[in-house]
Amino acid sequence: MEFKKKILDLTVSQVDRVHERYVLIKLTHNEQLPEIAPGQFVEIRVDGSPQTFLRRPISIHFVDYERNELWLLVAIVGKGTQQMAKLKAGDTLNCVLPLGNFFHCSFFEDKPLLVGGGVGVAPLLFAGKEFCVGKTKPTFLLGARSSKDLLQLDEFRKYGRVFVTTEDGSAGEKGFVTQHTVLQQEEFDHIFVCGPTPMMKAVARYAREHNIPCHVSLENMMACGLGACLCCVEKTKWGNLRVCEDGPVFDIKELLWE
Amino acid sequence: MKPNLNIDIAGLHLQNPVTTASGTFGYGLEFQDFVKLDELGGIIVKGTTLKPREGNDYPRMAETAMGMLNCVGLQNKGVDYFCEHIYPQIKDIKTNWIVNVSGSSPEDYAECAARIDQLEHIPAIELNISCPNVKDGGMAFGVSCAGAESVVKAVRKRYHKTLIVKLSPNVTDIAEIARAVEASGADAVSLINTLMGMAVDIEKRKRVLSIGTGGLSGPCVKPVALRMVYQVAHAVKIPVIGLGGIMTAEDAIEFMMCGASAIEIGTANFIDPAVTIKVRDGIARWLEDHGCQSVQEIIGAIE
Repeated sequence: MEFKKKILDLTVSQVDRVHERYVLIKLTHNEQLPEIAPGQFVEIRVDGSPQTFLRRPISIHFVDYERNELWLLVAIVGKGTQQMAKLKAGDTLNCVLPLGNFFHCSFFEDKPLLVGGGVGVAPLLFAGKEFCVGKTKPTFLLGARSSKDLLQLDEFRKYGRVFVTTEDGSAGEKGFVTQHTVLQQEEFDHIFVCGPTPMMKAVARYAREHNIPCHVSLENMMACGLGACLCCVEKTKWGNLRVCEDGPVFDIKELLWE
Repeated sequence: MKPNLNIDIAGLHLQNPVTTASGTFGYGLEFQDFVKLDELGGIIVKGTTLKPREGNDYPRMAETAMGMLNCVGLQNKGVDYFCEHIYPQIKDIKTNWIVNVSGSSPEDYAECAARIDQLEHIPAIELNISCPNVKDGGMAFGVSCAGAESVVKAVRKRYHKTLIVKLSPNVTDIAEIARAVEASGADAVSLINTLMGMAVDIEKRKRVLSIGTGGLSGPCVKPVALRMVYQVAHAVKIPVIGLGGIMTAEDAIEFMMCGASAIEIGTANFIDPAVTIKVRDGIARWLEDHGCQSVQEIIGAIE
């Protein structure tokens, strides 16, 4: 699929501070949003912040084509994202999108498992919806430190079963996602995972041990986001690949994780 | 009366003074969704070396105030790959395709240049004697007259089209280097390449970039670049191409008034992928507002 990249001034329709460290931003546009696939991201120009120069790459959390809305779930980690958290309904956000490759939410898979940790859950909501469009019911396995850090569970429940782990045991099963009993009790066709690198590596290890195809979404620091500058590379079996253009979604077989 | 934006530089005919800086525009194809490549004065494609290079480890970048540092390290698949796989994709797009060439010895540079000389639709090369990231070459040449001369002379013997030499700002006297390069046979000079800089992570107590230092680019370098373009334009007779933090048409005009016949836009492409065309249109508008018939009227216009 060929996705034409555009520079758009999107309008903020809603901003929800869903957590001390996360903000949910809903955007709309005066024209039809372009074709977007789950796993892709946007490069956001942060206005009003003299401390930030480069755009910020944020993965696309959800797209609602009927309401013409694009959702971003943003972790507030630095100067750029702090500025984004101050956005209000009616503000304009200049975005370059859609960027990167995507999760193949194939119709041929019966039992996909979508695993997320922290703000890594973001792209999995859109992926989950796409599976449903293809008449496949996905399973979500979401992990966080504590129950208050679990994000958007009501939304995820609309598209599939949701299993949860918390490190402190305050919700779901206690421990890491790789320790959840569903992994022992059920078999999945394909695993898609996004979250902190140690978590993704642990899930990749599980997938390799059980011979399950697995795709991860990487997050490297980016400058152009368009595949031109080669700042965001990840070492793979094929040499240095660009996370912004050859990724962010990679097959674990390409990576040098063991 | 629409102002004339045409400019001739050392045998190259540019439809307008806006070109793109090496390493920031890929092979142009990455930007096709945003700008029509055949509307640019020229495209300087990413640094090409004789043999493929993997480049430096990640992290290769750090944001700075009004700019960024990079230590990409000339990752590219080598000149033969360029000739066989990329050149066919770009050659029919009507703009000035200029290949940026780097190397680790004068012989490397010359052999790489000689291979590009064979390509009918590549009218010029830009010799990168100034990249500050490569440990075993690049910066070593551009910081001394002798080093610069050795590369330019070696390339001049084997490259017969327009030879642009890109100068390093990490020197004591850039005019001196420019004169040496002119005397060695360069047809034009471009400046500035990136300034050597560093970033620190205080929580990790480490330098951010994988190799410690990197090249600084963006608006923060413009004052240094302007000063150097002015100095070099007054030191050599060959045309000067100016770059360093250009984000707007006004920036571009500052460089041209300092003596640049054309400009390169680099880091600005990351902030606005369509900036090149906006700058071109802005230059035309400025000229019209000021009653200028041609962009040539503003070259070296300050004294």
